[in-house]
Amino acid sequence: MNQTLVSYLSQYTFFDSLLALFGNNQGVLTFVIYLVFVLIIVGMCATIGGLGTYAERKISADLQLRIGPNRVGPYGLLQFLADGVKMITKEDVMPNSADKFLFYLAPLLALIGVFATLAVLPFSSGLAMADLNVGIFYLIAISSLVGVAVFLGGYASNSKWSMLGGLRGASQIISYEIPVTISILAITLIAGGMSFGTIVGAQKGSPINWFIFHNPFTFIGFFVYFIGALAETNRAPFDLPEAESELVSGYHTEYTGMRFGFFALAEYIEVFVVCGVGAALFLGGGNLPLPIEIDIIPVQLAQFAIFMTKALLLYYVVIWVRWTFPRLRVDQLMSICWKYLTPIAIFNLVGCAIWVVVFNGHSVAQILGGH
Amino acid sequence: MNFKDRYLSGETMIQAQFDGLMPIVILISVAILLFLGGHFLSVFLAPKKPSVLKSTPYECGEEPVGTAWSMFNVRFYVVGLIFIIFDVESVLMFPVAVIFKELNEMGHGVYALVIFLSFISVLLEGIAYCWKKGDLDWVKSFQTSLKK
Repeated sequence: MNQTLVSYLSQYTFFDSLLALFGNNQGVLTFVIYLVFVLIIVGMCATIGGLGTYAERKISADLQLRIGPNRVGPYGLLQFLADGVKMITKEDVMPNSADKFLFYLAPLLALIGVFATLAVLPFSSGLAMADLNVGIFYLIAISSLVGVAVFLGGYASNSKWSMLGGLRGASQIISYEIPVTISILAITLIAGGMSFGTIVGAQKGSPINWFIFHNPFTFIGFFVYFIGALAETNRAPFDLPEAESELVSGYHTEYTGMRFGFFALAEYIEVFVVCGVGAALFLGGGNLPLPIEIDIIPVQLAQFAIFMTKALLLYYVVIWVRWTFPRLRVDQLMSICWKYLTPIAIFNLVGCAIWVVVFNGHSVAQILGGH
Repeated sequence: MNFKDRYLSGETMIQAQFDGLMPIVILISVAILLFLGGHFLSVFLAPKKPSVLKSTPYECGEEPVGTAWSMFNVRFYVVGLIFIIFDVESVLMFPVAVIFKELNEMGHGVYALVIFLSFISVLLEGIAYCWKKGDLDWVKSFQTSLKK
């Protein structure tokens, strides 16, 4: 059965009084709880996406010995709000020759594909909205919508730059999905389940139990996942679909105002989601480093804080990588994916399978500890 | 009888199965509402001064010649084909990966491993074939087709 937020909250006594408040109608209460949490999570992730644009500019400024945005609000922190207001008040321009329906549809698909992944993201062991038993599978499937959106955006604009960017984006996103999926497959094999609850729960305790330290293959697998995730979210050094020095702005050349804003928002939230998944799969998710067995709301909040810290640290690394490495050529991009990452990922998968059989599923630490 | 017992009882079991899907539906609706709301706001706040030049595709100042919907490089098609093969194979491997640990604990580890490896070897055979044909090279595949 799927563990959900509601079935988690139902173990507390305040839940029954809440239920009485809604006239003992379980369906309505379930809906209201989900709606409130969806709004909280979406608001939080939109703020993280907004602050992501700010962090990107500020960190890039630091790395290049510039000052960066510092006018709007304290330290320029409210820059993203000013950007949002600016985008709303910009004129909506659409090329005459564009495919109008698909042109509207593309940013919406990107937004849906990113928002829907938030449903299974394990913020803590109880506060994940729905811990589906096919969690990681669902996440891979629904996040592919972003690839469709990138291609549709490029195609519908009927501009040559957009078309080239869309084609590059589509081929890049689908190619890098393979190493990412296979390295996730190795984690599924070790954890013995596809739900985030199972995967994060298997990494309880000290950091030595994290899956990145489980065996040498998962250690390599983390880097395969991270490189593939960078490419899947079109981040530098894999930002060929929107390479500004070659393709003007790639697939969103013709997008203005709010529609461009939605593309940017979806992209920045997707980076956060990818970092969160990396933290949950390889870096122990929201597990406390102490063996605490009691399950109360403060423990859940501490788990939430730990999960966010790990995800945002990975987010920092993503921005750091962007301003450190030069962009790849398109042929290098494809050969890195198909000739290096995919064989390494398959090697890791085979290695993990053999490890599970030979060492009976124990990690390196357990073997050295004499279990 | 508290809520959880009722929740887990057979009466609401089917409902509980579907409850996990409810946040997904809500999230998708929130995305759609956000999209429509953004458009609604910009209808009121954004200026509207359409002109012929604004509504032509941007080509760095040049007048666009023809449409962008023309033939594109066949390499993208090859990449798509290879992707489909790998994607289907990895989808088929997910159920095996889920029960692999369980099979190992039941004592069928070596048997499962042999089947798993033979399945992966089919995948590896595919990638070796593509590699040898030169389909994994972005530029070389073009040159080999010229030589014929």
